[in-house]
Amino acid sequence: MTRPIRSLALLALLISAVPAHAALKVLATTADWAALTKELGGDKVDVYGATTAFQDVHRVDAKPSLVARARSADLVVLSGAELEIGWLPILLQESGNPRIQIGQPGYFEAVSVLRLLEVPSTVDRSMGDVHPQGNPHVQLDPRNIAAIGKALTARLEQIDSKDAQYFESRGVDFQSRWQQAMARWDSQAAPLKGTSVVVIHRDQSYLCNWLGLKAVASIEPKPGLPPSAGYLAQLVAQLTSAPPKMILRNAYNDPKAAQWLSERVHAPVVLLPYSVGGTPEAKDLFGLFDDTINRLLKAVQ
Amino acid sequence: MTTSRTFAAWLLCACIALPAASHADDLSSLKGELEALKSDYQARIAKLEARIGQLETQVAASPPAAAGGAAPPADVLAAAAADAAAAGVASAEVSMPAQAAGRNPAAAFNPAMSVILGGNYANTSQDPDTYRIAGFIPSGGDVGPGARSFNLGESELTLAANIDPYFFGNLTASINGDNEISVEEAYFKTIAVPHGFVIKGGRFFSGFGYLNEQHAHAWDFVDQPLVYQAFFGGQLAQNGVQAKWVAPTVLFLEFGAETGNGQEFPGTHRDRNGLNGATLFSHLGGDIGDSTSWRAGVSWVDLHADARTYDDVDQFGLPVVNSFTGKSRTWVGDVTFKWSPHGNPIQHNLKFQAEYMRRTEDGALAFDTDNLALNGDYDTTQSGWYVQSVYQFMPRWRIGARYDALDSGDTHIGLVDAGLLPLDDFPLLQSADPTRVTLMLDWSPSEFSRLRAQYAWDDARNTDTDRQFQLQYIYSIGAHGAHKF
Repeated sequence: MTRPIRSLALLALLISAVPAHAALKVLATTADWAALTKELGGDKVDVYGATTAFQDVHRVDAKPSLVARARSADLVVLSGAELEIGWLPILLQESGNPRIQIGQPGYFEAVSVLRLLEVPSTVDRSMGDVHPQGNPHVQLDPRNIAAIGKALTARLEQIDSKDAQYFESRGVDFQSRWQQAMARWDSQAAPLKGTSVVVIHRDQSYLCNWLGLKAVASIEPKPGLPPSAGYLAQLVAQLTSAPPKMILRNAYNDPKAAQWLSERVHAPVVLLPYSVGGTPEAKDLFGLFDDTINRLLKAVQ
Repeated sequence: MTTSRTFAAWLLCACIALPAASHADDLSSLKGELEALKSDYQARIAKLEARIGQLETQVAASPPAAAGGAAPPADVLAAAAADAAAAGVASAEVSMPAQAAGRNPAAAFNPAMSVILGGNYANTSQDPDTYRIAGFIPSGGDVGPGARSFNLGESELTLAANIDPYFFGNLTASINGDNEISVEEAYFKTIAVPHGFVIKGGRFFSGFGYLNEQHAHAWDFVDQPLVYQAFFGGQLAQNGVQAKWVAPTVLFLEFGAETGNGQEFPGTHRDRNGLNGATLFSHLGGDIGDSTSWRAGVSWVDLHADARTYDDVDQFGLPVVNSFTGKSRTWVGDVTFKWSPHGNPIQHNLKFQAEYMRRTEDGALAFDTDNLALNGDYDTTQSGWYVQSVYQFMPRWRIGARYDALDSGDTHIGLVDAGLLPLDDFPLLQSADPTRVTLMLDWSPSEFSRLRAQYAWDDARNTDTDRQFQLQYIYSIGAHGAHKF
């Protein structure tokens, strides 16, 4: 071997030796799936969240940094139902990583264990950016988190069977803490039942369904489309005759539209974390629900 | 629901009436029991009706969410069913909304289909037929602003799907306004090769640089930068194979190599076995904080031309056909930055990109191949670059600016150096430095539609400035596309 070839070979060897960690490498599409995987996987997983609570997961670039993460991932945890359709397919194709392709154990789609809300009976783009499989924003119902958690524990055990016992006991522990927390949230949130709210996008549907909030209007006239002046005027007219209790805004939403409506219909805007990390209090999944309920309760008092 | 309620009521009445009739003797004692039962059932029916009413409103609010699993309505439905059982009603008749057509088995194996519709209106101050990029051998591809007035652009049809667990397939066909259909890309790609390798084969846009791989509908301007038009006739497609390797590092690092039949400009079809030409490229990329991401690369395109002809005029203005035979080697450097606040591009975002190309062509140039057929040496080193930036200043609206510059460099024409022909016999090859300034404004009502206005001061002819005004539409129907960085 000539010298340059030898040094190239050495470099290749060095590069390929770098990722020799024991922990399972996980690429999670949202901060919530990253948090759930950390809860369940403990120190046996090395989790990278592709997006934060301040991003709209529909609109993310297939950034080079994400291709690099996908390349070495043992597992991709995604919402599914086309939430990530604008960018995840590129990551999978560019990754050169057969472990995380659709149908492989390393491809975990959260919605696959759920029945989704708002499954449209007909699909047409004139309805906006509708999701044919149903509403994919499933994380704001803790019952969904419990079901997804169970399936994810099973998946971790399948991929990394030598640590199956570890994942099993962490899963049992998480589920029992989660059940307790859910009982607490249910009783705390009882006064919220029937509260009328205005949402921005249909990404609060699961929260409304769980807590019995009544979503009377949406600031987006159709999914993914910003409101026109005419639509907003109609919304104000509708809401003035029947004012909502509050207007819900997610951490990633632009504050302007909600604020504008709030001033006209005299309902407070309630900022919700929406995802782990969306508010300082929503440090993990427990914090996400604690903080969401606290903020809603404060607004109804 | 109304019929089922009436039916339930009849059923209840029958239940009550039958036992009452069989014990007609103890009427008085039974009467009391019956009254108690009646009020009990009435209470239960009222409760059930309330429950059903509640369910109906819920179902109306979120149409077809069905029961089962962890779905929220399941609890309510189960509770209602339990109540119904307690009330002695055989079946609660709480009709389960049918699972909607979200997962249609017949459609499940169809490839993702999408169609792009495009077209434009153009006003140019110069005659488009006289368009040329001065100082450069014509590439014969998509050069210039196109025809005046209304033009139907490319209609692009894409079918794509995983073929099996090992391969992904994609076909992109383009139908142009002249009713010609062409295969833009038709390739397979591996999805099961491990260790970061992806092998692609068929016809595909070469992976060099930044813009070359992007389809026209993803461009931020109506047309390609001048350097792409001059050096590659707009875009270089390979008929061949590509191997790419992504390094297992946190920093994005990829290496790629391609070879093929080398028939696209600046190469030509060669009647020869084996590999014709090679392309090597490497890209590096990452994030700076949570708002900025970047990618930079360096590429090398090595092709060979056999009798690559082009039309010119001689010193008397008479048409001649000249041809080049030799090596064509191009270096490409590219850099792209994208910025949006916290990585959320909905309100504001900024994209910046620049590419530089430097090409050396070395071989023989034949003058007037049809008649004189004079042959001499030819070598030239030419370069060009562009820089462009697009900013979304409010949702739906973006503005952009682009600057193009080319340098035709020092060209040595053997026939001229030897004194056989004057340089006037090669008007297209006379030294020039074409430039262009372009401004763009576009409006995207949704992710699937875009309307654009563009104004350019184009000095490609190196004589008179061509003022080009264009309006363009781009519509996308079918599957939601995923775009590269």
